[in-house]
Parts: sequence; structure tokens; C-alpha cells
Amino acid sequence: MSNKESLGKDSSRVNDFVIKFANVNGTGSASANGLVMKAIFRMGIPVMGKNLFPSNIQGLPTWYEIRVSRDGYVARSGRIDIMVAMNGETYSKDVKEVTSGGYLIFDSSWPRPALLQRDDITILGVPLSRMCNETFQGTRNRILLKNIMYAGVVAALVDLDMNVMRAQLAESYASKQALLDSNTQALEIGYNYAKAHFACPLPLRCEPMNKTVGHIMIEGNAASALGCLFAGATVGAWYPITPSTSLMDGFKSFCEKWRVDPETGENNYVIVQAEDELAAIGIVIGASWNGARAFTPTSGPGISLMNEFLGLAYYAEIPAVVFDVQRVGPSTGMPTRTQQGDLMLAAYASHGDTRHVLLFPANPEECFYMAVQAFDLSERLQTPVMVLLDLDIGMNDWMCRELKWEDSYRPDRGKVLTREQLEKIEKFQRYVDKDGDGIPYRTIAGTHPKGAYFTRGSGHNQFGGYTEDSTEYQVVLDRLKRKFDTAKSLVPKAAVSGRGDNKIGFVSIGSCDGAVNEAIDILKRRGVHVDYLRVRGFPFGTEVEQFLALHETLFVIEQNRDAQLKSLLTLETAVEKAKLRSILHYSGMPMSSDCIVESMLNVLQEINPQAATA
Amino acid sequence: MTSIAKPKVFNPNLPRNALGLTRRDYEGGMSTLCAGCGHDSVTAAIIEAVWGLSLRPETVVKLSGIGCSSKTTAYFVSGGHGFNSVHGRMPSIATGASGANRDLHYIGVSGDGDTLSIGMGQFTHAIRRNVNMLYVLENNGVYGLTKGQFSASADIGSKPKKGEANQYTPIDPVTVALNLGATFVARSFSGDKAQLVPLMQAGLKHKGFALIDILSPCVSFNDHEGSTKSYAYVREHYDEVVHADFVPHAEEITASYEAGNAMPVTMHDGSRVLLRKLDEKYDPTHRGKALAYIGERQQEGEYVTGLIYIDARSRDMHEMNRTPSQALNLFPYEKLTPGAKNLDKIMSRYR
Repeated sequence: MSNKESLGKDSSRVNDFVIKFANVNGTGSASANGLVMKAIFRMGIPVMGKNLFPSNIQGLPTWYEIRVSRDGYVARSGRIDIMVAMNGETYSKDVKEVTSGGYLIFDSSWPRPALLQRDDITILGVPLSRMCNETFQGTRNRILLKNIMYAGVVAALVDLDMNVMRAQLAESYASKQALLDSNTQALEIGYNYAKAHFACPLPLRCEPMNKTVGHIMIEGNAASALGCLFAGATVGAWYPITPSTSLMDGFKSFCEKWRVDPETGENNYVIVQAEDELAAIGIVIGASWNGARAFTPTSGPGISLMNEFLGLAYYAEIPAVVFDVQRVGPSTGMPTRTQQGDLMLAAYASHGDTRHVLLFPANPEECFYMAVQAFDLSERLQTPVMVLLDLDIGMNDWMCRELKWEDSYRPDRGKVLTREQLEKIEKFQRYVDKDGDGIPYRTIAGTHPKGAYFTRGSGHNQFGGYTEDSTEYQVVLDRLKRKFDTAKSLVPKAAVSGRGDNKIGFVSIGSCDGAVNEAIDILKRRGVHVDYLRVRGFPFGTEVEQFLALHETLFVIEQNRDAQLKSLLTLETAVEKAKLRSILHYSGMPMSSDCIVESMLNVLQEINPQAATA
Repeated sequence: MTSIAKPKVFNPNLPRNALGLTRRDYEGGMSTLCAGCGHDSVTAAIIEAVWGLSLRPETVVKLSGIGCSSKTTAYFVSGGHGFNSVHGRMPSIATGASGANRDLHYIGVSGDGDTLSIGMGQFTHAIRRNVNMLYVLENNGVYGLTKGQFSASADIGSKPKKGEANQYTPIDPVTVALNLGATFVARSFSGDKAQLVPLMQAGLKHKGFALIDILSPCVSFNDHEGSTKSYAYVREHYDEVVHADFVPHAEEITASYEAGNAMPVTMHDGSRVLLRKLDEKYDPTHRGKALAYIGERQQEGEYVTGLIYIDARSRDMHEMNRTPSQALNLFPYEKLTPGAKNLDKIMSRYR
């Protein structure tokens, strides 16, 4: 293996391949993987990174997948072109995963079982541990630097710009010279070894582009946290739960930077780490009721616990913003895997006739803007708004356009009566529909003596009084329904693309978007044309109804077993159920385009053999 | 049945507080509890306490969960903002409300089921955070609205109207609170308004979580012979250890007390609580001794009442959080947003 491999030349693979790193959790591989990805991004090449990690602190296997895509595709492609197999435990599985014609890099410090040979891929051995042990001291240090060393190997193989990588290390270790020196040295040892022993670069290589100008790499949780900061949220309550934790961690660190009074050192925010999710949503409801913008990030199990309180906020008409970073259920499920399994739970959370406003961001950029919208909508509609992202969006780095802000933005606090307004009115009536949009007026405690009223989750009439009278109760319940109709025109409109007159339509949601867009391009090349609607809010607006009505065959693409989006569409629109077909992906791994293409063509073959091959 | 508004009868001779308001101005809707219910006496004491402190009604926030006790927030200070939330979860609503606006007066009313069973978790964590509120626990040992099941505060051997005596150890909110580091812990009896009113006033002035556990007999389901939460039993086994008199900061302490027994405590706003120790050896500022004393008296079947423990230097949630004195819900948006230029700076981290 020490001889230079003879590698073919195929320019079609420039800036278009997938690298996967197989590691052991807790060994510090994240920084090495991030180093490689960011280098590609800074070379101007569109790139995507997916962290496939275990629910574990140390010891279990973890993978990181980087897709280099000159065409800007952000989903997984279903291929593995280069495998960096650093985990002995998973080695046999990792070898099998490599796409034929691909490459595998392994640590050749120790002998490798001959059984794991494959003839259709190129296997490159690098004595990483041996070189690390010869150069660096300390067990922990050697483990960490071995990762940086393989980053150097990869840099040589795929032709990454070493100056960019050195600059990245200099940023990371700006105030730690010793660490900067050892990391740079490890990077260069790996790089030089590969240069000396292999025909670098491989045909799968990177060439600088200018396609990342004006773009950033950011996680959805960080972007959501920024949205909360810019929306003017002052109260955050939460209970730690994967994969939502980094949202509140992010908010806290942004607040420490931007919300501390420079003169007094006082905190213009309150973050409460609650005893559980029940308390977290209670704190949000209490704070919102009292006129602050408040939110809680959580995941499916948290939403399950919050159900009772969500029903209270719906019925008593109190704003509350909830981020549900969905993970794999049911029950504890797979906490570090992604899914869209909370749609039905969130839409109808709590007992009785309850329905909730939902927002569905597809990427971190939308997380930022939808976080702000969530507060505006929640206060405008006086009802909980849940932002449903998922682990893939929340915890992975996505390439997206830089976030922009308009300084003219002012929060929509909704129909809150001011002191002056209360002074003028004769009597405040909490739940009366004065404007015909189903949205009543509210007051904040302490504003004015005339603003006092009693908030309750028990039966109440339109003046806020307790009631067990059927008619009085129904008046309020019917108005709540009208309010939900008003919400249809206020939630973000669905994104529609395609010619509009195709017979086949795709309907999808959230993080499926990248895979769907790529699948549409693949299908187009095969002569199959489809239109595409991505729902961005619930309740569904008229544009959703129209799209469903206009298309003969609709594929609803989503990441859960039970076709929850399809169920919601059949329940909440006039669509004919027979028109809807499901493409479901619920393995816990982010969706890839090939599964959409295959499933769709299979179904088309079934229903109309002509159309599939048209 | 809908809520019943109490008719307002104007009597020009009613005494007025500093705001020119009479006690009637602090009343609420008509109670729908059973005639003779201890909770109605507690409601009356709250009205007296709030009137006496001359609190602006619209600055009073009344919070509750579910149960007979939780209904009572509708029966006092109709000019205040009420929030009758869900069972056992009032402390989290209070925590959030206080987070948004630290300037209002928060009165939580709960029962032994709402606090010690379904709400035990939230109760204990509100104590840990030292949320600035008066927490009134109307304790009768039974679930009233569901017709007489024992609650977690029922004593061993206490007999229900029908069926077997309680066998499970009771949860005592006072010792729980003391163990958790509560900074104001009191116990009283719904039938002792003279003790209750100043305790409530002191609790409202206390900066932090002020618990008053009030034995408040249930006339319908737990006032019979054999019950340890009946009027007769409580009156007989009632042992006041420290009597608190609340002294607004404008007033002088004029009454004379036996030397050695009077103990003035200054509250954060300058008002004072004058403690009269009815047992000389008792020290209401020593948590460990307070616990030991309660334990001893409990062995003898006695309810220790009065202001059992106070830490006047208590740091509440906002002090620990270093929140500014201005209520967060009044912050102008301009002071909360970093603005477009700074977003661009933040972006550089992600480039």
C-alpha cells in the first residue's frame, strides 16, 4: 500500500462527491470533520455536512458525511465515494458502504484482516497512529491530533487549499499558540504523507469556485436562536433534550453578548432551566400572558408533556412560541436521529377541540425568519405557535444565504390595549370579537384598573366570566374556530415551483426539501416533469387547496411511517384522498434524493406504465 | 352555573386605605364553596391584607391551579388579574409571569392536592428559584371537588367519613419548604384571622417565595370526629410559636412587648415585621432549630403555627439572574435587538 496507486482521471467528479468519516464518539473528530467541510466551503464550493451521531458521550460509533456538490444540492446523495474508516468496531460495515469505484482510507499502523478486502474500491493505508505516537506526547493529545492528521490526508487526496485550512486553525486557536502549532503540524504530516505515497489528487477532487459568496454554514438551532434574539424575546424556558439543546445554548450565548447592559452589567433577559417540559411551557405561558416574548425549545417527548398546557394556551388565548426539533419516535425512540413524526401531535395537541398554528422551516435560513414570524403570529393570534424543525435542520451545518435584518422591523404585539386605550373605553371585554376576525383584545396586568380580567382554562363566556351555559360556551368555541380560519391567511404561504400545468405534483415539508429538489432535477433529465409544493405553515392556505385540486397525481413526501402530512392534508383540505400517494422515509437518516426517485417511478409504473417512461 | 357578581353596596362610613379604597373595593365574585368552608375565611384575610397594604388592585396577580382552593382567586380583588391555570402547575405560570414583570404582586393560591401531589415538583422548584410571590396553601387533607378522597397531607390514622383510616405518611409542606431552603415559611389556621392577616402582609413584602400553609378545614368531607384537619382538632392542637405583626415603614412600633421576646425584622422595602416569640427559646431565623422544634411538636401531635422561619436577606430569582429593575415586558424593542449591522458581524462567525 505504500506504493503510489495508479488512479484514473475523470473530470466529471470534480466538486461532486461524498466523503464519509467513521469515528468513535468523544474522540474530538468533530473539529477535524468541520475543518474539512469549512475548507471546501471557503474554496467557494457548495457543501453539506451531516453528523450521524449516537446517543452517547463517549465510545459509540459516529459518522460524518460531507457532500461536495458543485450544483448546490444539499441533501444526501446515497453514494459514499471516500470513506475515512477510523473506527475498528464499524470497519467491516464501513468497507461495504463504499460505492464501487470509490476509496477507503484506514489507519495502517496495525494489520488489517484480509477478509475486509474489496476489489472494486481503492484502499489507502496511512499509519496515522504510528506517526502520531512518534510526533506527539500524551494519550488524549494523540487521539485528537490523529483526527487532524487524517484531515491533512484528505486535503492532499481531494486537493484542498492548505492555506485555507491553516487559516482556519489559526482562527480556532487564536490565543492558544501551542495548540495551533501541534494542530498545524498534524495537518501537514497527514498532507505530506499522502502526497508522498499516493497519486494526489484523486479524480474526485476540489477546484475553487465562487458559489459560496454571500452564504454561510449554520445550524438550524443557532439560526432559530438568532431569530429569538432579533424578535426581542426576553424570557426563555427549557428542559434539556436532544436535539433541541443547542437552541437554548445558542440563545444564551447570544444574550451574553448582546443583551447585557454595558453600564450596569444587568441581564435584559431571563432564561430558566426548568424542572421538566411541563414547567418550561408553563413559564413561557406565564411570561407571554404578562406581556413578554417567551419561548421554549424542545423535542417530541417534550411536546407530549406540554399537551395539557398547550390546550390551556389555546383556549385561554395566550401566546407561546415552541420550537420542536423533531427526533425519531415513538417514545424515547432514537434521540440522535431525525424524523418528521410530530406533525399530528403538534397540530392537535391537547384534549378537546384544539388546533395549533405550525410553521415548517426547510433549512436554517428559514428557521431564522420563521422564528421571528412565530412571535409575531403568536401575539397577533393570541395562541401557541410551534416551529417544527428536525434534528437534520437543527443540528447539522447547512449552507444557506447570509441572514439579513431590516432595522425597520417592529414586533407585532397584536391586539393589546394600551393604558391610553383603556382610559377611553367604557368596559373591557376580553373575548368579544370586535373586528370580525375572531381575534379578541387583551390586556397586560398592571396596565390600567379597567384592564383587569380573569384568565381561565375552565368554561368561560365572551366576557371572561366562568360559565357552564351551553350557548355562552359555544359562542367562544365558535369564535376560536373563526380565529383559526384567520390564521390561514397569516401563516407563511407554501412554496410552489414547476410549470404549474404538470399532471404530477410533489407535496413535501421541512428538511425533505433538498432531496425533493434534487429528485425533481433527476426526473426531469429522465423526461418526467413534476410540480412541487412545499407547505410552510398550518393551517393550510388557499394556495395549498389550489395545488392539490390542479394535479392529477400527488406524491406526498415526508419523513415518518404513518404519512402524517398526507393525513393532515386529507383532514384539512378538500383534496380527494385517492389522488394522494405517499413517499415515506423514516430510517432516522436524513432523506436522500434517490429514494424519492425510485419510490416515485415504482408507483408510476404501477398506476400508469406509460407515464413512468415518458 | 355562571359566576356571580357580588352586589356593591356603598357605605360612606367604611374605612379607607391610603389609596382611598375600602375593603369592598378589594372583594371579588361570590364564593361558590360550601357554607363554612375554611377557604372563605382565607379569602377574607387576603382581602384584608391587600387592602391594608394599599396595593393598587391592577397590580395584584392572582394565580391558581385546580381545586376548591384554586377557585378562590375569583373571590378576591376583582380589580386584579386572575389566572386559573391547570392542576398543579401554577408555580410555573407564576415563575414566567414574574420573569416578565418583577414589579407586580403575585399571590398564588393552591391546595394540598394541587401542591403536594400533582404539583409537588413545581412547588419545590419555585421554592428553589425563590420566585417572589406569596404562596397560600389551603390545606384540608382531602380532595373536595371529587368528594372526599385523602390527599397527601392527610395524617396517619385520620379517619374519612366512610372507609378506612389513612395509612400513608403525610407530606408536611412546612418541613419540605424548610428543607428546600425556603426563605419565608409560615403556618396558620383559617379560623385565626388575627394571625393570618399580618402573616400575609409580611409574605407579600418578603422578597422571595413566601409560603403560608393554612389549615383550612373542609366542612363537607373532613370536619368529623377522627379527622386531624377538622375545626375542633386544629383548635385543640394549635401551637403558635411566633406571632408576626406587620408594620408599614411609615409607622412607628408603639406597642410594648416583653423584653427578649420582641424581634423586629426589616423587609427589603423598609417595612418591618415585628415578631413576638411565644416560646422564648425559639429562633425563627435559624433553619435547623426551626426544623428540630417542629419535629418535636409534631411528635406530640401539635401543629406549630406562626412565622416559623424568615430570611429577610433572601435573594429572589431576579436578583440571582441579575435582571434590571425595569420590568422586562416594558423594555422598548430598540434595546433588545442587536440590529442589522451587528447581525452582519455575527454572520462572520459562520462564513
